[in-house]
Amino acid sequence: MSAAPGAGALEKGAVLEPRTFSVTRADLVRYAGASGDFNPIHWSERVATSVGLPGVIAHGMFTMALAARAVADWTDGAEVVELGCKFTQPVVVPDDEDGVEVVVGASVKDVADGLVTLALEVTCGGTKVLGMPRAVVRA
Amino acid sequence: MPVDSSLVGRAYPPTRPYPVSEERLRAFAEASGGSWEGGPAPATFPIVLAFDAMNDFLEAEQVELRRIVHGEQRFTYARPVVAGDVLTATLTVATLRQIGGNDIIGTSSDISDADGALVCTATATLVHRGEA
Repeated sequence: MSAAPGAGALEKGAVLEPRTFSVTRADLVRYAGASGDFNPIHWSERVATSVGLPGVIAHGMFTMALAARAVADWTDGAEVVELGCKFTQPVVVPDDEDGVEVVVGASVKDVADGLVTLALEVTCGGTKVLGMPRAVVRA
Repeated sequence: MPVDSSLVGRAYPPTRPYPVSEERLRAFAEASGGSWEGGPAPATFPIVLAFDAMNDFLEAEQVELRRIVHGEQRFTYARPVVAGDVLTATLTVATLRQIGGNDIIGTSSDISDADGALVCTATATLVHRGEA
């Protein structure tokens, strides 16, 4: 794969090559430590199910961090001006070696005034897990 | 127990100043499978500050973290975070409503540097899951 040409080369309507990330329980523990988010729903099946969740779920911010990584890759580290999403579906992470795969895709929604707006699509097992994920970067 | 609706508009004290070290940025980037070799912090790094502010808020209102699920998160950046920054976050409760036994809490945290200049505004929707 060639190096990312940077945000300035992105044209409206372009569809970017999706990125796939694997997420395991070990990743969640590591993210908890690095982010300071030790909510037990991200590492304890007992607690997660006790509050009505289907199992241990990834931090929404972990999924968003993966989306931000993809944006940085596509834009060669362009300055991010806005980043946002809703967390619409939990990413349930099983207690096994493989975990789950999160896929981040994007299209260029707008290029104007030196800013590039990316409409993202973030899925796990074919289901969208983020609502209206969007990044605005400097061209 | 529902969260008190009179909290809307309340601002909480700034979080303890957080020195952003190279080690912290590297650890954060590596925790999401990436790397950091200097320069701007990963875009979602300001959540560390926003999360501190949220924890202070939850503690002040005696809300259990385990009952909180993240509903929405937005960042608007005045500039990227860089190593050497000393940041604080000030959280305000923006909105509060009850839906189906859950509290939907809208918060806005201004993240500022040591000079008091705004670096990033982090807005979050927190879903406080009611007792089953």
